[in-house]
Amino acid sequence: MKVKTFPHGVHPPEFKESTEEKAIHSMPPPDKVTIPLLQHFGSPAESLVQKGDEVYLSQKIGEGQTLFSASVHSSVSGKVLSVDMFSHPAGYPVPAVTIKNDGQDRISTEREEAKDPFSLSPEKIRQKVKEAGVVGLGGAAFPTAVKLSPPNDKPIDTIIINGCECEPLLTSDYRLMLEASDEILKGAELARIATGAERIIIGIEDNKKKAFEIFQEKIRDYPGEAVLLKTKYPEGAEKNLIYALLRREVPRGGLPFDVGIVVQNVGTAKAIWDAVHDGKPLYERVITVSGQSIKDPNNLLVRIGTSFESVIEFCGGLSEDANILVMGGPMMGIAQWSLDIPVIKGTSGILAWPAPPPRLEYSCIHCGRCIEHCPMVLVPTRLAKYVKYNNLTEAENWGILDCVECGCCQYICPSNIPLVHWIRLGKDKIISLKRKKNP
Amino acid sequence: MTDKIIILQSSPHFKDKDSVPKIMYAVIISLAPAIFTSLYFFRFKALVLLLSCVAACLTTEALFLFLRRKPLHSLLDGSAIITGLLLAMTLPPSLSPELAVIGAVVAMAIGKQVFGGLGNNIFNPALVGRAFLQTAFPVAMTTWIPSVMTKVDILTYATPLGNLKFENAVAQGTLTSLKDLFFGNTGGCLGETSALALILGGLFLLFRRVIDWRIPLGIFLSLTIFTGIFWLANPEKYTSPLFHILAGGFLIGAFFMATDMVTSPITPLGAWVYALGIGLIVGLIRFFGGFPEGVMYSILFMNTFVPLLNRYTRPRILGGRRKG
Repeated sequence: MKVKTFPHGVHPPEFKESTEEKAIHSMPPPDKVTIPLLQHFGSPAESLVQKGDEVYLSQKIGEGQTLFSASVHSSVSGKVLSVDMFSHPAGYPVPAVTIKNDGQDRISTEREEAKDPFSLSPEKIRQKVKEAGVVGLGGAAFPTAVKLSPPNDKPIDTIIINGCECEPLLTSDYRLMLEASDEILKGAELARIATGAERIIIGIEDNKKKAFEIFQEKIRDYPGEAVLLKTKYPEGAEKNLIYALLRREVPRGGLPFDVGIVVQNVGTAKAIWDAVHDGKPLYERVITVSGQSIKDPNNLLVRIGTSFESVIEFCGGLSEDANILVMGGPMMGIAQWSLDIPVIKGTSGILAWPAPPPRLEYSCIHCGRCIEHCPMVLVPTRLAKYVKYNNLTEAENWGILDCVECGCCQYICPSNIPLVHWIRLGKDKIISLKRKKNP
Repeated sequence: MTDKIIILQSSPHFKDKDSVPKIMYAVIISLAPAIFTSLYFFRFKALVLLLSCVAACLTTEALFLFLRRKPLHSLLDGSAIITGLLLAMTLPPSLSPELAVIGAVVAMAIGKQVFGGLGNNIFNPALVGRAFLQTAFPVAMTTWIPSVMTKVDILTYATPLGNLKFENAVAQGTLTSLKDLFFGNTGGCLGETSALALILGGLFLLFRRVIDWRIPLGIFLSLTIFTGIFWLANPEKYTSPLFHILAGGFLIGAFFMATDMVTSPITPLGAWVYALGIGLIVGLIRFFGGFPEGVMYSILFMNTFVPLLNRYTRPRILGGRRKG
């Protein structure tokens, strides 16, 4: 069978064996959760609770203030211990609500179930998704309601469901595809109705044949198809996935809307269904806990706000050799400095392994491999040099803002140059300069 | 995890196994067949030249690293050894070791270190060394001896290309046979005699993905087309493209010199322009220039265009406007 793919990219080792056969296991809620009011890029939600308040499971505790901020809900029932700054996995402190779990999982009666969700209006679906605080579960945690609201002048024809899970080690999406295929498809159908799209395409990498077969069979009841993609990193990167499936290029600086497409991760599709059908807010998610230093690697359904420490303890703890702890996948995940960090909506995995010491950095030998592997077809070595010598104008001219930070260039670089680090620094500098100019 | 060293780095956290030293040592391995054939054909003379070039390159590099207060570990990255080997491969076997050492010092000092060491030089260092020797010691650099396998009792000997250019070999019918060119039983520089050995090494580099396939292919195509046109127009005067590919420094140039990562373009389109340019200039020099051979000058010439090519052959970003 011919598999579709995009040009460039890399083939990092997958290491998925240790968890791909592990069914999703529900982790008992911890004694205490700390829920950051900022789960993603953008502005934090406004706190709706105060110290001492009693909260129910799934009660809204933070209200999204702007278009690009999503509401936050309690993941346990109990008493609010504090509303204070707390370490976010991205490495800086954000306002967060700490709740002591009373172990009852009391639910407020407000939950509103939809009898026939498919007959709801697009507006109603979006509103329910927004109310439930659903964000993209692939990692970037972009508010889903925004993604389901295409501008009127940009008709959407296709909903792409991203079942690639191209990051090594992670298997949570794969397990979800095996265990919750109906909910994923129903959620995808709701997304299709909400955006007025004609069809659904679900893209799955060919190292997940079992999931592909299930979807190939079940998607017959829906307008759409399941498509097998080559196992290659970053097959699941939005713009590359769109190119691989439909040969459409999202214009530079544009959004998938511009080419009539909305992409949703499989986990997000399920969350859409849960939100619309059950009125269930996004207060728990599936994560992969894996890596050589995790004693009992597993796929867990975890409450948002559970500390990494309790998750890792539940998985048998860390072995002595662990020296790197990462939230997310090994290619794009964020290294952590502490175990006292909460699981957020964008946490797809918690990984720990004995990382080799950093290798010697050589100067660039102009091998051109970073160009040959860059999925956005940039010239990473040149971008890094421009940033290093603070020539931000040229860096921008050479497309630094198009970089998706997938890490292919640095993965392949024989000189061990921290290319992504330089590029990130440059993007950050350019964006803050722009903010200063037009606040 | 609190009482031990943890690694805090920005992503990606995985790294491909390939590294600069691994690439360099792959190039050294790929030179092995050509080194063995040169030792076979030129025996002790080849050995002395190879050893003196490598030793002089390493010493010069060490001296410069010391003077520039750079870590000496760069000495072990293999790049100085490659420059030494490549320089030796482009020298006539009869050259005295002292001159070879001078060439090696110039290659490392002026060809590489004055630009800032590995990765920063504009010209291929080995070719800089050779160009210096060719200019400073023209007679020594064009005195050829036959390989030990040739049973002829003469002291000097013409290279196949010299024979072609100055002795009117096509008309005389004294052209070196393709078979001798292929196996290396002919006069010439240490490493340019056996086409077979060079092709083996080149294929290894292509297979190992050390070199950009566009460069040897582009050079090959442009030289074939250029010499092919003349050959088809007048086979009495010009020889076939196959002869031009097998003779002289073409193969070592196309596989080992032009493909030097540091001094070749980083963009795919740039690599094509660079390669086609080299092949064309080789043809021009061989047919119309004053030298019988033009590989060295054509590569050095195209090296000068690399920064320009890198700048103006920028690949189209995904989602960017198509040209035209």
